[in-house]
Amino acid sequence: MRISMCMSGKIYVAFVLMNVCVLTLSSQTIDRDSIRESMNMDAVYDRPFLTFDKFPVNLGGYLEANSIYSIEDGLSEGLSFQARRLTLFVSASISKRIKFLTELEFENGTEEIAIEFASMDIALHPLLNLRGGIVLNPIGSFNQNHDGPKWEFVERPDVSTNLLPATFSNAGFGIYGKAYKGAWTLGYEAYLTNGFDTSIIDNEEERTFLAAVKENSSRFEENFSGNALLNGKFAIKHRKLGELGISYMGGAYNRKEVDGLQVDTKSRRVDVLALDLNTAIKKTGTRFIGEMAYIWVDVPDTFTQQFGDRQVGFFVDIVQPILSTAVLDWEDAILNLSLRTDYVDYNIGRFAQTNTNIGDDLFAITPAISFRPAPQTVLRINYRYQWQHDILNNPSSRTATWYFGFSTYF
Amino acid sequence: MPKIIQFYIGLSLIALLGCENFGPEEPMEFELLDGPLDGLSVSEQQRFLAGDIAFNDDVFTVEKGLGPLFVGTSCASCHSGDGKGHPFNQLIRFGNNDLTIPSMLSFGDGRNQIQNKAIPGFEPETVPEGFPFSILVAPAVTGLGLLDAVSDADILAHADPSDENQDGISGRPHYNIPPEFTKIRNNSVPQGNNYIFRFGKKAGSYDLLHQSVSAYNQDIGITSLYDPIDPFSGLEEDPEISTQTLNDVVFYLKTLKAPIPRNQTDPDVIAGKELFESVQCAVCHTPTLTTGFSPIESLSLKEFHPYTDLLLHDMGPELDDGFTEGNVGTSEWRTPPLWGIGLSANSQGGQMFLLHDGRASSIEEAIELHGGEADNSKARYLSLTPKEKSQLIKFINSL
Repeated sequence: MRISMCMSGKIYVAFVLMNVCVLTLSSQTIDRDSIRESMNMDAVYDRPFLTFDKFPVNLGGYLEANSIYSIEDGLSEGLSFQARRLTLFVSASISKRIKFLTELEFENGTEEIAIEFASMDIALHPLLNLRGGIVLNPIGSFNQNHDGPKWEFVERPDVSTNLLPATFSNAGFGIYGKAYKGAWTLGYEAYLTNGFDTSIIDNEEERTFLAAVKENSSRFEENFSGNALLNGKFAIKHRKLGELGISYMGGAYNRKEVDGLQVDTKSRRVDVLALDLNTAIKKTGTRFIGEMAYIWVDVPDTFTQQFGDRQVGFFVDIVQPILSTAVLDWEDAILNLSLRTDYVDYNIGRFAQTNTNIGDDLFAITPAISFRPAPQTVLRINYRYQWQHDILNNPSSRTATWYFGFSTYF
Repeated sequence: MPKIIQFYIGLSLIALLGCENFGPEEPMEFELLDGPLDGLSVSEQQRFLAGDIAFNDDVFTVEKGLGPLFVGTSCASCHSGDGKGHPFNQLIRFGNNDLTIPSMLSFGDGRNQIQNKAIPGFEPETVPEGFPFSILVAPAVTGLGLLDAVSDADILAHADPSDENQDGISGRPHYNIPPEFTKIRNNSVPQGNNYIFRFGKKAGSYDLLHQSVSAYNQDIGITSLYDPIDPFSGLEEDPEISTQTLNDVVFYLKTLKAPIPRNQTDPDVIAGKELFESVQCAVCHTPTLTTGFSPIESLSLKEFHPYTDLLLHDMGPELDDGFTEGNVGTSEWRTPPLWGIGLSANSQGGQMFLLHDGRASSIEEAIELHGGEADNSKARYLSLTPKEKSQLIKFINSL
């Protein structure tokens, strides 16, 4: 739910921060290493929290900030500093088998405030748990596993933010569970939530853009299309091999009728299929994290080809620890070299008039150096070089961006 | 200090100090069509920037007034990089085929352009059955301020409507009645209430304000104070674009630089330029025009080289789509400027879509499709040796 920052919001933030400070005096940290988490679906709970004696509430959060210097086709806007995110988590064990967790995020200072997650979980059986409230839609892996300190890169993957609307959460209900056999773990999630709206093909990005739905703050109280968005994920993990997930979400995004009157010729669907992979070579410590998504949108034939009916994209991160040693008082400091590859095609297809390929795509590589003085804190230098074609496939616009920043749980 | 920290700090400094050296280079100025005229004052550059943002970044959504019927969702969707448009965003205009009877305006509101796209739930327009029509590809918008500032007298100096010099070429200006919101140019040479129109494929617009107001209205479905009639409903509506923004866009179009010629010292280009004259391409594609006085100093009293005479010419049956517009005949087209033509592929997706409807995929093909008043020039071109043809094409590409 996005709201503009007002005085009451500021007072609320001050209150929360003050409580965090006070409670920290009598607290201890659950020092989980989020890098070695179990499955992506556990990411919302698999975070470091501060617990307090006899106090049923746990607190946590993370902060990320960076500098950015970008040059697009030889022109730069100069150096900027960004306070990208301050996120607060609050979790509570309400009673046996009943848990609550919420995640409140402030983006770019107080420009946007969002409740990214707020759910109550009821554990009936390892294979069957109920979840309701504002849930993170399990599409791909990044949407659920998006905390800044977990990543070696300042920017979020393009496929996860510009194709899929990370972080995408909705009001809804569903079930999830896991099964174990030897080294294998199987996990599933299935939710019915509110869905998309017509902004995905009617937005100022001038392209099909699923993330445009995030501007609709009323999606937490009303489902625009009146038809639930079905979202499911199945993941399999082997202790040595890694995790592979396949996820789907789909549903109508328009209204065919309003007050009994027909306002569109048909109900139009959006369908998304995503694959995600998370694995490592144990011998070298090299980690591979990737996600791929394919999107189908029923765009009216009479609309402009500017808005594509199919999109595809992927990212692959390769993270190589090159040094693990004690530095100052940090006993397990790690230096990583990493490389990210991003690709997004916003509009798959050919122009009807010329039968030539429609452009509107983006390719980027990002070499990175990251230093982790402790598992929950990362300092990062990233250099991103991007080639982007416009819809006509004119010569690409090239952008190079330097980032220096940090992200840390607290 | 531990080595790891030294290493990290060193790397950071290298990264930060090396920022400038690891970025993509700026394209050469002559490779780009966008950019302001030289010599704009600081305040003029601010207005240019405001117009640039409105022209290139403003995207219209349903909430902002798009449609419900439209052709494109932004100015830039038809004029990518300020260059020529692509057939995927083509305009379609129709009319009757006889200048002696009033235009058949079947939509009843003075429009002769269909809006061939629609927001969901609406049906786009189609050409009324039996009416001749033309497909039009959007023109480049560079250097328009210079063309706007040419005096009527200079345009008329190149006209020869009755072909008195008997060269087979009889260019004439398009006289028509400007809409009330336009400001008549100083030193205009009217014929009664009719003034010289100079913008558009058939010179259908009087000036850049007229052109911009019409484009917002007919191409995007955006009403303005100057044209408050919604093209779908035919009803007067509140303005969907502010007059300030509209004026900024007009200022931007006025102060876009002219394309910069390239390879001017290439011997083939030099030879091609002579051939361009001897083949008599230059009779219509007039190399040099001069602006009159303008309050924008960068536009005032300047000699420039657009390769157009801003006049209408009969282009013969090949390019006769059978429809009239205003007082322009079915086979008449206003001479398009040739400047920047060599950069067309950079805004048309790596290919060329030339002539009014993009039917020509190369300059050679475009020349061969010329007819009517251009018959003699085309015949001279066809009689050139392959090398001479190549030199001529190189010259045109260099503009």
